[in-house]
Amino acid sequence: MLSRGVCSLMAERAPAPDTPELRQRWGNFTWSTENAEQAKVVVARYPAGRQKSAVMPLLDLAQRQVGAETNTQGWLPLPVMEYVANYLDMPIIRVLEVATFYTMYNLAPVGRYHVQVCGTTPCMLRGSDDILDACYKRGMRKGHTTDDGLWTLTEVECMGNCATAPMVQINDDNYEDLTPERLNSVLDALAAGDTPKAGTQESGRHTSEPSGGPTTLKDMVKENHDYRGEW
Amino acid sequence: MLTDKDRIFTNLYGFQPWNLDAARKRGDWDDTKAILAKGRDAIIDEIKASGLRGRGGAGFPTGMKWSFMPKEAPKDRDGNPRPSFLVINADESEPGSCKDREIIRHDPHKLIEGALVAGFAMQARAAYIYIRGEYIREAETLFAAVQEAYDAGLIGKNAAGSGYDFDVFVHRGAGAYICGEETAMIESLEGKKGQPRLKPPFPAGAGLYGCPTTVNNVESIAVAPTIIRRGAAWFSSFGRENNKGTKLFQISGHVEKPCVVEEAMSIPFRELIEKHCGGIRGGWDNLLAVIPGGSSVPLVPAEQIMDCPMDFDGLKEVGSGLGTAAVIVMDKSTDIVRAISRISAFYKHESCGQCTPCREGTGWMWRVMERLREGEADKSEIDMLFEVTKQVEGHTICALGDAAAWPIQGLIRHFRPELERRIEAREGSLQEAAE
Repeated sequence: MLSRGVCSLMAERAPAPDTPELRQRWGNFTWSTENAEQAKVVVARYPAGRQKSAVMPLLDLAQRQVGAETNTQGWLPLPVMEYVANYLDMPIIRVLEVATFYTMYNLAPVGRYHVQVCGTTPCMLRGSDDILDACYKRGMRKGHTTDDGLWTLTEVECMGNCATAPMVQINDDNYEDLTPERLNSVLDALAAGDTPKAGTQESGRHTSEPSGGPTTLKDMVKENHDYRGEW
Repeated sequence: MLTDKDRIFTNLYGFQPWNLDAARKRGDWDDTKAILAKGRDAIIDEIKASGLRGRGGAGFPTGMKWSFMPKEAPKDRDGNPRPSFLVINADESEPGSCKDREIIRHDPHKLIEGALVAGFAMQARAAYIYIRGEYIREAETLFAAVQEAYDAGLIGKNAAGSGYDFDVFVHRGAGAYICGEETAMIESLEGKKGQPRLKPPFPAGAGLYGCPTTVNNVESIAVAPTIIRRGAAWFSSFGRENNKGTKLFQISGHVEKPCVVEEAMSIPFRELIEKHCGGIRGGWDNLLAVIPGGSSVPLVPAEQIMDCPMDFDGLKEVGSGLGTAAVIVMDKSTDIVRAISRISAFYKHESCGQCTPCREGTGWMWRVMERLREGEADKSEIDMLFEVTKQVEGHTICALGDAAAWPIQGLIRHFRPELERRIEAREGSLQEAAE
């Protein structure tokens, strides 16, 4: 039996219970000064009267603000969703539908770092089992946050880094071409408060070119070559 | 053989900066005004003549798609003309696909210039680029590149000095594979759950906000300016008839060196792997099977794929498809049943829940696949599973049901003896335990 992370359907995601404590903590949520400006920029991307289109970017903005206030990746307490609904003049149920449909909205608190290991076939073929095992060895469990509040582990579906698999996305950055050792160095660095280099962890590899150096477009490695002269 | 001078995405690997200044030095935004001055029909005719087929998976001729947009803006109830929209599908989520990401983070100006050219050709008022939510850093680059283009007057009012007003907006998704389906993408852009719409009406008639809309893949749009500059004859000089042009291939799995690479369409599989990927891990005798176009297409056994031309028709002939040209290679160490079962788990996770055959079927199929993995089944269940995939396929609003069915059908078609072997092995071990 696969674990909960893989089994869950989008339709099965439920928001955290509405409690007096939740109301007390988040009932007075308002945009920070910076985000109030950003929210206006976001709404302006859509035609007048179509402000509802901004619900996804604003839920992301709200989640990030909650994250900043709690020193975590952030999540969406119900009163915060209500605030967004009110801001966009939408019924709360429409916002709740969106928040529960899209998996990047966290419906429960998460840790400082959200460790999202890709387990879909291309990563699986390149060793994502070992990457998950390395996470378990550090005390992580899928769908849970470690007691120190540092890590939340989720197995996610294909993240589009298949030529540099296996990979993990931790908050806003991807770490690719992983081995258990490389993953551990990344996690150690994060735990120590450092910022590890994102992208491929294979030394000598730049991005998605064949490792050991590109087989095409070699002129581009050293200079911004203009091929038009050869057309 | 494709040489570097004929590659469109010259900064594919990001060795050089993505910014406007560097992109211009590589030839982007070079007299875009002159391209638009050719006129809408000339642009569409050129794209049609180039033989470009949509790079998002379905392979629909791009020029023809553009020509479906209304020539005269339809009027709303008050007699005012309604705008048209171009929606660019950057929701790259098909397992195995990782090409649009490279375009967006390393060559974003090709996409933005393409948006203007395509948007002008279909008389769209604006383009919305829908980028998958997980592409966080990529979206940051795209937002910055769009701002650069606005600041330089290349888009916005009087875009690139053409006299045409055209906006480009970026919209981030939030983790739903289904939003790569064009009508689900439109729903999502309107601020709703990404559940596909019934067609008709087709988006070209009533799409985003009820207005005429065309949805195109990132790669289809990003190659357009180069095709116009170099001419349809240049682009169609690559690849076989009906399969023209260059293409970004994404090779993952059990090759020595997985990579993304731009090659000519119709390149034989063996040549693609030998030239760019350092061969199959453990040699060609160790190749088991290949999923040649992303998780939705059926796998192809080793002996059938080795010399197959990598294009729409070549892969169709071996019972599969080019899809997004996401080539997932599996060697003989692969637990093939698990590899496909994991894809079934993916579709179960990503089903939007709107249509019953898909919502219930994806879970059912995955559970049977998990039992088959361990041989915990009766042989008759293989046929039953095949039958159920046929009941899901073609009975849903969008193609996700089909996409969930096809990999399983491919497995049963080519690896039935392996499924039966596992069932027999388990029956044997149970009998031994009983005795």
